[in-house]
Amino acid sequence: MGQFNPFTLVGKQILVTGASSGIGKAIAVACAKMGATVIVTGRNVERLNETLSLMPEGDHKAISADLTKAEDIESLVTELPKLDGLVQCAGVGSRVPCKNISKEDLQRILMPNVEAPILLQTAILAKKKINKAASIVYVASRAANAPSVGNAAYSASKGAIISYAKCLALELAPRLIRVNCICPGMVWTELILKDGVEKEQLEQSQLTYPLKRFGQPEDIANLAIYLLSDASSWMTGSSLDISGGGEGILTLN
Amino acid sequence: MELNEFVANFAEQFDDTDASEITASCVFHDLDEWSSLIGMSIIALARTEYGKPITGAELKACVTVEDLFNLIKNK
Repeated sequence: MGQFNPFTLVGKQILVTGASSGIGKAIAVACAKMGATVIVTGRNVERLNETLSLMPEGDHKAISADLTKAEDIESLVTELPKLDGLVQCAGVGSRVPCKNISKEDLQRILMPNVEAPILLQTAILAKKKINKAASIVYVASRAANAPSVGNAAYSASKGAIISYAKCLALELAPRLIRVNCICPGMVWTELILKDGVEKEQLEQSQLTYPLKRFGQPEDIANLAIYLLSDASSWMTGSSLDISGGGEGILTLN
Repeated sequence: MELNEFVANFAEQFDDTDASEITASCVFHDLDEWSSLIGMSIIALARTEYGKPITGAELKACVTVEDLFNLIKNK
């Protein structure tokens, strides 16, 4: 009898978007380490190859795509095998006060964070590239429910994707395809160092979290493994907070 | 990019500070109304109005409004 491991991803084909950096990169590498065959996508080929280089041997593949472009979604989905797992992680951060939010700011945030993942999902479903009983994970954010200064457009984008994912979960339930969201608090990636937020400030700020630190990408990857594995077969339509016990996203003075 | 116009745009980001208090030589971090939120507004101003992204650290290093003007101008 093999060792008990409800979290194994052996035999699963998993697509991870936003896999060239941060949380997406950590999730992609962790999936490969758990035995999955991983397809990574992102805009930068070099950085995608760097992600591949961190994986154990396997038929892993990088397909570069800018998911805000219809033609890139089309060619990515055409190239995809049938998926057992999908992690929608691509996204951008932003800090703009409400009184300064412009149409351009909105596009810069909502296109990659809302429109692109929804349209990619449409294409994957329409081209029947997802297997029965697959697991879909959206990386949202605590920001959807935890207000912080300058974060309105970003928070709204994550709120939108959580609402979308809950409807998707209902629609895919008849085929036993599960859809869940991960809502991380602050995680040490390039994304949080944006628009006037400095590292020193964040090092102070992380002490307000009960576990006294912001997350590492690997902390989020472990939750993604659970959601992608058959261990979470009875979970769908949920959004899970993972934030070291922290309620808010960031307090600025 | 012209200094007086920049000072006026800078002053626009404040709601309770009289525009007359804000001059090129004003030490803006000392203004009562100065906050990280206004700092974000200034960063947004630099990007949208002047097409020059600046960082929080660069903003912090500026002492006077004119320092900031020079920073953005020379980007």
